[in-house]
Amino acid sequence: MLFRSIRELVARRELLYMLIWRETVVRYKQSIMGLLWAVLMPILIVGSGFIIRYAFSRVAGTPLALADLTSVAVKAAPWAFFVAALRFGTNSLVANSTLVTKIFLPRLVFPVAAVCAQLFDFLVAGLIIGLLLLVLQAGLSIYLLWLPILIAVLVVMACAFAVIFAAASLFFRDVKYLVDVLLTFAIFFTPVFYESSLFGNWAPVLLVNPVSPLLEAISATVVLHRSPSLPWIGYSVVFTVLLSWAALAMFSKLEPLFAESV
Amino acid sequence: MSEIALDVRDVSKKFRRGELYDSLRDLIPAAARRMFSRRPPAGLGKREFWALKDVSFSSRRGEAFGIIGGNGAGKSTMLKLLTGIMRPTTGSIWVAGRLSALIEVSAGFHPDLTGRENIYLNGAIFGMTRDEIRRRFDAIVAFSGLGEFIDTPVKRYSSGMFARLGFSVAAHVDADVLLIDEVLSVGDYMFQQKCIERIDTVLANGATVVFVSHNLQAVANLCSRSLLLERGVVQAIGPTGDVIRTYLTRGQEERAIDADRGISLTNVSTRDADGALRNRFESGDKLYVTVEAQALTRHEDMSVAIQIFDNNHYLLFETCTQRLGANPITLDAKQTLKCTFGLDLSLARGTFHVDALLYRYVTNSPYDLWKTAATFFVAGGPDVRGVVTLHPQLVACDIRAAKADLNDESGQSHGRSGE
Repeated sequence: MLFRSIRELVARRELLYMLIWRETVVRYKQSIMGLLWAVLMPILIVGSGFIIRYAFSRVAGTPLALADLTSVAVKAAPWAFFVAALRFGTNSLVANSTLVTKIFLPRLVFPVAAVCAQLFDFLVAGLIIGLLLLVLQAGLSIYLLWLPILIAVLVVMACAFAVIFAAASLFFRDVKYLVDVLLTFAIFFTPVFYESSLFGNWAPVLLVNPVSPLLEAISATVVLHRSPSLPWIGYSVVFTVLLSWAALAMFSKLEPLFAESV
Repeated sequence: MSEIALDVRDVSKKFRRGELYDSLRDLIPAAARRMFSRRPPAGLGKREFWALKDVSFSSRRGEAFGIIGGNGAGKSTMLKLLTGIMRPTTGSIWVAGRLSALIEVSAGFHPDLTGRENIYLNGAIFGMTRDEIRRRFDAIVAFSGLGEFIDTPVKRYSSGMFARLGFSVAAHVDADVLLIDEVLSVGDYMFQQKCIERIDTVLANGATVVFVSHNLQAVANLCSRSLLLERGVVQAIGPTGDVIRTYLTRGQEERAIDADRGISLTNVSTRDADGALRNRFESGDKLYVTVEAQALTRHEDMSVAIQIFDNNHYLLFETCTQRLGANPITLDAKQTLKCTFGLDLSLARGTFHVDALLYRYVTNSPYDLWKTAATFFVAGGPDVRGVVTLHPQLVACDIRAAKADLNDESGQSHGRSGE
């Protein structure tokens, strides 16, 4: 029953590609800066991360290590992706309500396409950060192989959240505002501009946020060249699997009601 | 070719009237109220109604099947159930193979994308692969007739161009069952003809066409069998002619007498030479229109008029008792009037409506006007097109050598055949 929605999605993958393509193309069409947006946003995010990091070290009176800066850069991009993916994902079904109510499609494509469309920006950001790391001579290591796995988990988790919020916001319009508020304040509970180790014994509280272990792991593998914390990664993976299962169950239960309740 | 392509069995669909709770802010107080109040939630069952009730029909391969009915009969709900946008509350729908719908053909367009980009996008929405679209791309563009505008963003298209492009993409999707809505009203005459040809091709290839419309003429032209829906219930099913007759005669119930008016038209009907009620005629038949009226108070110097309109409500014909030589009519209280007009049906194929009017001849002030009091249907031969038939005969159709002066000829022998 659950796998049926995934099978449908695979069967209509052409539609998924086209929707991802549409989201990406339309975003950069008829804008002053066009594709520059995709370059500018990560620079802005990384830049603001640098400033905050610099302020931290001034206040604390500790010297600013190069690794601190690169780790902020490396964590800011995935976080920006996650936030954008959830924002667009939550809105995806309402934004496509004409298609949802008038043409028969597996509706799962909309939140999934919205999340995947953000991958393009993420890719551009990733290239820029890669370039930055190269310039700063951050170095390479075998642990870099973790990176694709970590990002895949992050993408699946974003999809699962997006599916749940998208379906909920079809029924209740204020889910969108709730998600906005959550995402705005989540930056304080997510180790993007700092490390969870900063909190000493309280670090696990921060890592309960399922995105945190992934960001920490990305920083650990890319910048610090060491193995990520396996138990915490396991926690994120299990969380993602359970969340995806719940999302699919909820979606397939609600989908027949979509056309009537938009 | 008698395999069943579409089978709808005992399908019912329940809807709820009124608003659902649209935001959490509304839901939480409502849920709280429900939790603390003893009474069951205020009449959930009461607010529900059946949009469709126990609808069953099936259609064979290569058949065109019509669904007709007035507004609110359940046609749109039926379409949404057939496409799968909604699921029936009870009952089942079975489709052999791929179902495609020529409904909302432009719903998937994005205004900022060009025609070309939208063809690919919409093709994917209708379930085509990029390869399929690439192969049919030229055919789609040619069909739409938008070749020179294909790289213009569709937001600059006129609404007609928009709809034509949408229809062109949708019409090139392979389907075993094709659902058609009112889309045939898209575009100009030439485009509509193209659409009808396309549908004929689809039918000839063995697909099934389900046509949902309140354009009776279009249904009669296209569909061999039809279904009449009324308030969600099947009223008639069978050969299209019979179903349309049922539909048209249902509108001709006795009219209530208006006490304020003092005099009312009570019945208007179309009959054949034998005086039997009839709504379907052949071009050239004799048509009798009977108008009945009843007076509550005395009315003097009246005349009864009938007007005949085509489906676009263009007045084709009008006559009245006075003009036909009758004396002014005077009715005393409680008297009734019945007059019958005999007409020669020099009309081409189409749907026609009769308005009846009761008025004072001298002052031309109307007592009662009954718009669309009756509707009848003319099945014409293929030899004429348009609204009327001028009973054409082909007098000559000569072929001469090319040397002949063309200007001289053009006024005399338009050698166009009926098709």
